[in-house]
Amino acid sequence: MNWRAVWAIFRQEMGRFFRTFWQSLVAPVISTSLYFVVFGAAIGGRIQEVEGVSYGAFIVPGLIMLSVMTQATSNAAFGIYMPKFVGTVYEVLSAPVSAFEAVLGYVGAAAAKALAIGVVILLTSTLFVDLRIQNVPAMVAFLVLTCLSFALLGFIIGIWARNFDQLQLIPLLVITPLVFLGGTFYSVSMLPPAWQDVALLNPVMYLVSGFRWSFFGVADVPVAVSLLAIALFGGLCLLGVWLIFRTGWRLRR
Amino acid sequence: MAPILSVRGLRKVYDNGFEALKGVDLDVQPGEILALLGPNGAGKTTLISCACGLSTPTAGTITVGGYDIRRDWRAARSLVGLVPQEITLESFEKVKNTVAFSRGLWGKPRDDAAVERVLRRLSLWDKAEGNAITLSGGMKRRVLIAKALAHEPRLLFLDEPTAGVDVELRRDMWRVVDELRRDGVTIILTTHYIEEAEAIADRVAVINKGRILLVEDKATLMRRMGRKVLRIDLQAPLATIPERLGRFGLALGQDGRQLSYEYDTKAERTGIATLLAALAEEGIAVADLDTEASSLEEIFVDLVARDGSGPAAEPGEAA
Repeated sequence: MNWRAVWAIFRQEMGRFFRTFWQSLVAPVISTSLYFVVFGAAIGGRIQEVEGVSYGAFIVPGLIMLSVMTQATSNAAFGIYMPKFVGTVYEVLSAPVSAFEAVLGYVGAAAAKALAIGVVILLTSTLFVDLRIQNVPAMVAFLVLTCLSFALLGFIIGIWARNFDQLQLIPLLVITPLVFLGGTFYSVSMLPPAWQDVALLNPVMYLVSGFRWSFFGVADVPVAVSLLAIALFGGLCLLGVWLIFRTGWRLRR
Repeated sequence: MAPILSVRGLRKVYDNGFEALKGVDLDVQPGEILALLGPNGAGKTTLISCACGLSTPTAGTITVGGYDIRRDWRAARSLVGLVPQEITLESFEKVKNTVAFSRGLWGKPRDDAAVERVLRRLSLWDKAEGNAITLSGGMKRRVLIAKALAHEPRLLFLDEPTAGVDVELRRDMWRVVDELRRDGVTIILTTHYIEEAEAIADRVAVINKGRILLVEDKATLMRRMGRKVLRIDLQAPLATIPERLGRFGLALGQDGRQLSYEYDTKAERTGIATLLAALAEEGIAVADLDTEASSLEEIFVDLVARDGSGPAAEPGEAA
């Protein structure tokens, strides 16, 4: 294992994050506050409680998931797309660095950034609502796994994308809608029965549900199913990344 | 001595069907500087890309320091540094950090002194804290060289190091190459400036349309293939070349005060003695004689022309 290379890639990627430190952190804090104002104050006035949890607190896990998923994906996609686009990727490809090490560096950094943002949102939300986390280890596990698997997905998108439009396509057109429709701001049980069945097809719903369970002990689907879903999703992304390096797809000519 | 780079039967066919390399064999000895000379699209960059792991060879083997680049890729790549043809740098990264990053990629421990040494050697130390984006083109290329040298490679590939670089910087680059040679670093550089190969290479390989046409010691090559020009300064100017001297193919210059005679050094008879005798017969008095060897450029143009229709268009060369 070339751990120094992993560390070098990780550090370089984190360097990009810290160069725009305030932007990277202030933006999610502001948008979270806006969500609280809009959803918490406006809608929360009508919906008092969801399954015994105050509405303001109820949306916190969903809000964190929303940011973490989009941030992990776009960070990782951008992180590998830029070197490919600018051409600096030649160095990593010609270095004594294995595919696994490169992925560990890039994906690890993207996941770490998303994790940092998730934590910041969690801290911000404590200013608005009274939060008690029922199962901290489960919460951390869900958060980390989500960061990692969506960073892997982003890595695949970054390799696949041939231009900036494609880079934004999946985060904007797929992930954001899935998160909104996945019970971020409501419980799936609040939907009409037909839509509840549709919601079960949404992979993001399982993640939000499991993550919310670790906070409040309430979930739309059993927590084991959620865990299975995130493991399955992460595994698929891992397989995709492995195939990319195995075949050199869009990396080596 | 075992070659530091050994290429056997290397073929590369790109996805679009273009065959960039059609069976290349090449051995490079430790410590030498080899110039890979060829027109655009000859396969120079593809050859380097294959050796560095950027392209996957279609067939053939490459070893670096005895390590197969596919089986022992980690050991092989540890020995190699690459300076790509195109200038590609992280724009907002400090020069110092980008060099340290390269060191890290090659698994070397952090060593600020080593980074400083490399930057000083390339006259970049005063730019160490600056972002790459603030540098001029020539400076950026130096940063690329610094990055390639950061992990102390034994074999350095310079892909067109002086393309689009001004004369002063080019000489500077040659000086750096010369210093590296003294450190025992093997250098393979591609160029289509023949002047460059002539100035710094020990050996020259001419490549065209995916084949190596010739690999030879530079001096031998120039001796073997060289044509020389004999310049004859005359005591009194001539208006025209006398008819009886027509068979020598002479050219008259310098207001009729100089005759030039081109001859082949490989030929059994150079014709110099006959020419001088003929001049004496014509009563033309000679003031001085001078010979001049033809440049590598003429040799090169000659070789490529004999190889066929000249440069091939290669869609994959750019990357």
